[in-house]
Amino acid sequence: MKKVFSRTKGLTEVPFTFCPGCTHGTIMRLIAEVLEELDIIENTIGVSPVGCAGFSQDFFSCDFVGAAHGRAQAVGTGIKRALPHRTVFTYQGDGDIAAIGTQHAIHVAARGEKITSIMVNNAIYGMTGGQMAPTTLTDMKTSTSPFGRDPVTMGFPMDFPKVIAGIPGAAYVASVSVDSPKNIQKTKNAIRKAFKVQQAGLGFSLVSVLSTCPTNWGLTPVDSLQWLRDNMMPVYELGELKMTEEVAQL
Amino acid sequence: MPKAVVIEKYCKSCSLCVDICPKKIMAISDQTNEKGYFVATCIDQDKCIGCALCATVCPDVAIDVYK
Repeated sequence: MKKVFSRTKGLTEVPFTFCPGCTHGTIMRLIAEVLEELDIIENTIGVSPVGCAGFSQDFFSCDFVGAAHGRAQAVGTGIKRALPHRTVFTYQGDGDIAAIGTQHAIHVAARGEKITSIMVNNAIYGMTGGQMAPTTLTDMKTSTSPFGRDPVTMGFPMDFPKVIAGIPGAAYVASVSVDSPKNIQKTKNAIRKAFKVQQAGLGFSLVSVLSTCPTNWGLTPVDSLQWLRDNMMPVYELGELKMTEEVAQL
Repeated sequence: MPKAVVIEKYCKSCSLCVDICPKKIMAISDQTNEKGYFVATCIDQDKCIGCALCATVCPDVAIDVYK
């Protein structure tokens, strides 16, 4: 009998500390599997953010650096420029990359830094207790928008990968989801491509992943996935939003 | 014979495997792990087809699949 699915070498034996049903774990597994498949676990340096993913260094087998809130890409830039032969990726939530770290996210793309960023979009601040994020949907209830997000006073949700896709230095931008086995496979393909873009030195690559937060959404894990399909997918465009000609030939 | 094995220390009882299993043979048992979660288990290994959908959706990488 052959083992057809087991824990990848890219992950340590440490159990994830996320809430039950949180898809952070799925996304981390996919990244770790890609690192193993490309045989770059020893070569890779990850940069962890502040937020639920702040414990990343415990879960990945590769090297890790912790950054201040929102500054993961600035730290990643420094690492990549000092050690250009290493593979560098940042793993950030939507609050980290699209609110506190917006300046870095935009300029890292504008400079075309040869790093890879994974953005986890669950439309809410998870670790701090479910506050409204830039990606919170219109009319969505959070602890700081208890009557629903009103665009008149609180603004509109931001489709961040589309913003990055409009910047010339970004070579590859994909928006994917982990709500179903089919989309999980697509997510893995996008992450693999993003790392290959970096290896080929073609520019900045970003993969935005629609994720769930059952605890702060107040739903069961199974209902959360359906909520994501019903509410987030119509707002956040999925697919490969940007691919330069060089990337298409990879 | 295909089989799905839940590694109990990783399971958090989220039920995503129970929902996705096409043969409906995953269930939450009445046994708890060291953290106090009621662990998922395969209740009828004979019916398992080794599709690994349960392992694919498991956010805690708690399922090994053999085929």
